[in-house]
Amino acid sequence: MFVLACFVGWQVIWNVTPALHTPLMCVTNAISGIIIIGGMLQISGELTSATTILGAVAILIGTINIAGGLLVTQRMLKMFQR
Amino acid sequence: MISDNLLTVAYIVASAFFILSLSGLSNPETARRGNLFGIIGMSVAFLATALSPKVGNYGLLVAVIVPAVMIGGVLASRVAMTSMPELVAILHSFVGLAAVFVGFGSYLQHNSFKTPVEATIHEIEIFVGVFIGAITFTGSILAFGKLRALISSKPLMLPGRHFLNLLMILASVYLGYLFVSGDHNALQPLIIMTVIASILGIHLVAAIGGGDMPVVVSMLNSYSGWATAAAGFMLSNDLLIVTGALVGSSGAILSAIMCKAMNRRSAASSPADSARRVERRRHPANSRKAK
Repeated sequence: MFVLACFVGWQVIWNVTPALHTPLMCVTNAISGIIIIGGMLQISGELTSATTILGAVAILIGTINIAGGLLVTQRMLKMFQR
Repeated sequence: MISDNLLTVAYIVASAFFILSLSGLSNPETARRGNLFGIIGMSVAFLATALSPKVGNYGLLVAVIVPAVMIGGVLASRVAMTSMPELVAILHSFVGLAAVFVGFGSYLQHNSFKTPVEATIHEIEIFVGVFIGAITFTGSILAFGKLRALISSKPLMLPGRHFLNLLMILASVYLGYLFVSGDHNALQPLIIMTVIASILGIHLVAAIGGGDMPVVVSMLNSYSGWATAAAGFMLSNDLLIVTGALVGSSGAILSAIMCKAMNRRSAASSPADSARRVERRRHPANSRKAK
């Protein structure tokens, strides 16, 4: 599965036009944000403790990353339509 | 709330959306759809995980997510178009910082594991995660600084810098050994390693010229992807494995492409550039002669 995912990533990215490099960078960054959240949700399930606080802050930061990244890409891509 | 099987299906769906998202983005016509797919994929993965039996504290979750989305939205709408790479750099630093927090939080949770081997694997995963997270955090902040021209874009070539990097890496490995073999005092090596990794992050990025920063950000993206895939392996989380591999490999390819594109561009434009420069030199000389 891992190898397949690598192969897919390789195949998919190989032909990007240079103009789309920055939006692509932005989206892959946003996607890496969701991964953090996935890990986070496992931590925030406990009672109020240092772990939960750290978890909450990490979710906050990760979500800023995801929301910001995707919305910025949306803006960037709107320019392409013109 | 939702069964494990449904969760797995949701993860597969989310991964499919991520793949579609990336492939959409490689082509200007399908790019906007690609981004939309990315948004859908994220929402699916997030909702599925939130509804899984492992998560509680919904109040806290909502209290954290809602402001974060708003902050992200505000940032996205106000940033200048020309500062895109900087924004990606600083966003990526958030990912690194979040990874560090996840690592520490995971360590402090003191999960009970079935076998010592599992505990050791868990600790190694925490250690590596925090290591890469710290490097990514400081490295991305420095990349941001260079792109913003807050910091000189000239590469910082300390004498013996390779040796310095090697020393820091070796120190981290040693601290890793201490961390894994120690029992309850293991927090100290983790903290020391975090500091060293942060310095390593700054140093690695400082040694690269400002013009190459976008490539650096892409590479850092890729490394975090691989780290996430590794975490996925250790936590047996398919979503992390697949998404991590996607981000890792696409980041790596993108970096390679960006490198090639920049070399090609500079090679193609230098004949044009030097011709332009010659023209400019002639004109001021002419006007001076005219005076």
